[in-house]
Amino acid sequence: MALVQRVVRFRSRAVIVDVTAMDVLDSFASRTLREIALMIRLRGAETVIVGIQPEVAFAMVQLGLTLEGVGTALDLEEGLAYLNQKFKNIN
Amino acid sequence: MPINSDQDIVLARHKGRVLATEIGFSAVDATLIATTISELARNIVSYAKKGEITLQTLRQSRRKGILIVASDNGPGIRDIRLALRDGFSTSGSLGLGLPGVRRLVDEFQIASSPGQGTVVKVTKWHPDLQEE
Repeated sequence: MALVQRVVRFRSRAVIVDVTAMDVLDSFASRTLREIALMIRLRGAETVIVGIQPEVAFAMVQLGLTLEGVGTALDLEEGLAYLNQKFKNIN
Repeated sequence: MPINSDQDIVLARHKGRVLATEIGFSAVDATLIATTISELARNIVSYAKKGEITLQTLRQSRRKGILIVASDNGPGIRDIRLALRDGFSTSGSLGLGLPGVRRLVDEFQIASSPGQGTVVKVTKWHPDLQEE
C-alpha cells in the first residue's frame, strides 16, 4: 500500500523492485509481487522485477510460478534500459 | 521448529538451507529445499495459524537425504485429491501449492482430514550415491 501511495505522490511512471537479496521466492512471494504490479498498473505505472537469482529462477519454474503481468530484467541497469525502451515506443 | 509467524517461516527456510548444505546438496537443491519449506510453512501460517516443521537428515546404506515434516492442528483438508490436482493453476485447486511442492521433492506424503489437522512429509535424496 505504502508503495502505491508513493507512486501516486511522486507521479512515478515505473517501479523497479530489486529482489537480489531474496534467496527464496515462493508462491506467496510471487503472488504478492504480481498483486503489487497490478496495483501499480492501476495507477498507470509499470513494474520491473530485477535481480532474480539463477537458483531462485530455477525453483520458481519447477514450482510452476509465473510472474505474469510483471516485467523482469537482469539488474537495475537492464531494468532501466527496458523501461526506456518501453516509454520510447509509447511516445 | 514452531511455525507461528512470518519470522518463523524465514527462520525455517534458513535452517533448511543450512542443513541441506551440510548434507552436501548443491546450491540449486538447497534452494529447492528452502522453497519447499517456505511453501509448507506458509500453508501452516495461513490456514492453521500455528504448527511445526521438523527437519531430519536421512542416511541409507548408499545415500543421504533430508526429511521435512510439516504438521499442524488446523482445519484440515476435506478433499486431498482436489488439493493435489495439478491443473492450470499451479496452486492446485485449493491454493495450497501442494502440486508444486510435489514437483520439487522425491517423496511426498500427506495425511489430513477436517478437524484432524494436517501432516505433510517430504523427502529429497542427494543425487550422488555413496561408495559402499
